[in-house]
Amino acid sequence: MSIAPGLQPESWHLLTLLERAPGLHILADTLADLVDEGHPIVAGTADLKYSNGLIRFQNRHPDRYVQFGISEQHMVSAAAGLATTGLQPYVATFASFMALLACEQIRTDVAYTKQNVRLIGHHAGITLGFYGTSHHATEDLAMMRSIPGLAVIAPADTAQLGLALRAASTYDGPIYFRIGRGQDPDIYSSQSEFIIGRSIQHGRGADLTIIATGSMVHPTLCAAEELRGEGLSVGVIDMHTIKPLDEEAIMAAAAHSGALMTVEEHSTTGGLGGAVAEVLTERGLGTRLHRHGLKDEYALIGPPTHLYRHYHLDSAGIATTARDFINRRGGSPQ
Amino acid sequence: MNDFPSANPTQDADLIRHIEERALFARLETVRLISIAKTGHYASGFSCAEILATLYYGVMRLRQGEPDWPARDRFLFGKGHAAATLYPLLADWGFFDAAELDDYTRLGSAFGDHPDMTKIPGIDFSSGSLGHALSTGAGVAMGTRMQGNSANVFVLLGDGELHEGQIWEAALGAAHHDVSNLIAIVDRNDHSLDGHIGGVTGIEPLADKWTAFGWDVHEVDGHDVPALLTLLRGIASDTARTRPVAVIAKTVKGKGISYMESEFGWHLGWLAEQDELNAIEELRNNA
Repeated sequence: MSIAPGLQPESWHLLTLLERAPGLHILADTLADLVDEGHPIVAGTADLKYSNGLIRFQNRHPDRYVQFGISEQHMVSAAAGLATTGLQPYVATFASFMALLACEQIRTDVAYTKQNVRLIGHHAGITLGFYGTSHHATEDLAMMRSIPGLAVIAPADTAQLGLALRAASTYDGPIYFRIGRGQDPDIYSSQSEFIIGRSIQHGRGADLTIIATGSMVHPTLCAAEELRGEGLSVGVIDMHTIKPLDEEAIMAAAAHSGALMTVEEHSTTGGLGGAVAEVLTERGLGTRLHRHGLKDEYALIGPPTHLYRHYHLDSAGIATTARDFINRRGGSPQ
Repeated sequence: MNDFPSANPTQDADLIRHIEERALFARLETVRLISIAKTGHYASGFSCAEILATLYYGVMRLRQGEPDWPARDRFLFGKGHAAATLYPLLADWGFFDAAELDDYTRLGSAFGDHPDMTKIPGIDFSSGSLGHALSTGAGVAMGTRMQGNSANVFVLLGDGELHEGQIWEAALGAAHHDVSNLIAIVDRNDHSLDGHIGGVTGIEPLADKWTAFGWDVHEVDGHDVPALLTLLRGIASDTARTRPVAVIAKTVKGKGISYMESEFGWHLGWLAEQDELNAIEELRNNA
């Protein structure tokens, strides 16, 4: 359908974007279903309802929807206030604005007060590629992970996002959801198991276990397949919950594998890689670890797929990084 | 706009006397608690003692000993650093044992310089970081309204707190959503930590700002209990109001102690033993 007389059918604008990119529909649709099922959910956003799809929630439950305008700090604090009245607010904006701009509101008003607020940081990592550093969120896991009492969940695909939102509806405590732009290839189905804090093992590996989170799970699974084809024994862990961290799975992988590698669309400082390093160090394990992600740098401008290739965060890049790591004996590569 | 019926002098005389007496009690307790902590915000508490006492004894719908009563009116303390002046009133309402205040700020106490909802029954939201409370209050007000609860939500803001940008995000948002059960009271004591507000960062014309943001605006002498009672009770019982309400309460920072009224440094301080005794005497004499 053309959006205006005389325009080609391929042309699009914001209001038709959702039909073209339905990957985030699961967010609004799951929340709207949960309201239908009797959950006291309120959803709100900061002038991004077409980007995160909450327009679909608004259409179904206008009385449970709040448009906060471009006021992210106000939105997060108000969500905390809403939660004190027994409601369960889900508020969404770009991850860079949620986790960085409203960080103090999250710490002080949501997490410290233990309110059942769900913070949805979407378009996380470098998914907003050529929008530039202001719109990149490559520090959010580190920041959110350091906030006491705040769970941090990074679903790997659409189905897992739906499962995680359902799990959240009965979880006691605040949660930060780190999600992408809804274009991650499918790994799971709506029937898959999802338990907050329990990672998902995709095969075990004597040579290497790759621990990935969020958008990096799918390319990591592809990379592992490639490496197995070369005769290597490689396992993958989907660490969808960064906090509370599944330390037992890390311990088991460290015991079983000769080496561990983490993959995240995030800085290697303080995120998944940092969390795994902390576990290994504190448990006194000398298992070799390579943290793969963005180094201490701001990402370039570019289309996301080009950026993934540039930073070796596509399946080929992850495989190459893993291969180099395994082949380099005696210490982690720099 | 100030067309609410005046406090009835004969009918309300006892109530007004009680509120004034409780305001003195709040000041005296503030002095006592700060003597325990050996540091505290005397002047910030003294400027809002009548506002707090009027709300808690003359305006808010509360139930003795039931801090979580769902139909209660809510109070959020934007200028949370004056919490020592609020705690005694909450103890008065039986929300916790007043003896707990004897360990104010000591290791492990629930009662710190800023109010903590996770530790203190009767604190409707934690505060301390300025600029948040109008947002959290707006959230509480929207949440109660969504569930058909007609509770009023009072938020007491410092005038220096209005420097925070988030206040104006909340002001826009509450007006946009017609959050008419939200009532912001500005303790307009004209000072922040570094001195005179006009010298730090001016905020006038303040009434015009709230009006421009879409709020109903009232101005009142924040130490005049009959005037406060008339205005706040009138707003709270005005079920026909359609917009959030801002009350600018003109106050004197350090009200009740002569040298604190004239020296902004008393935003934070401590009185040694004899000075404390003299301050108590002055507060009693000025009441």
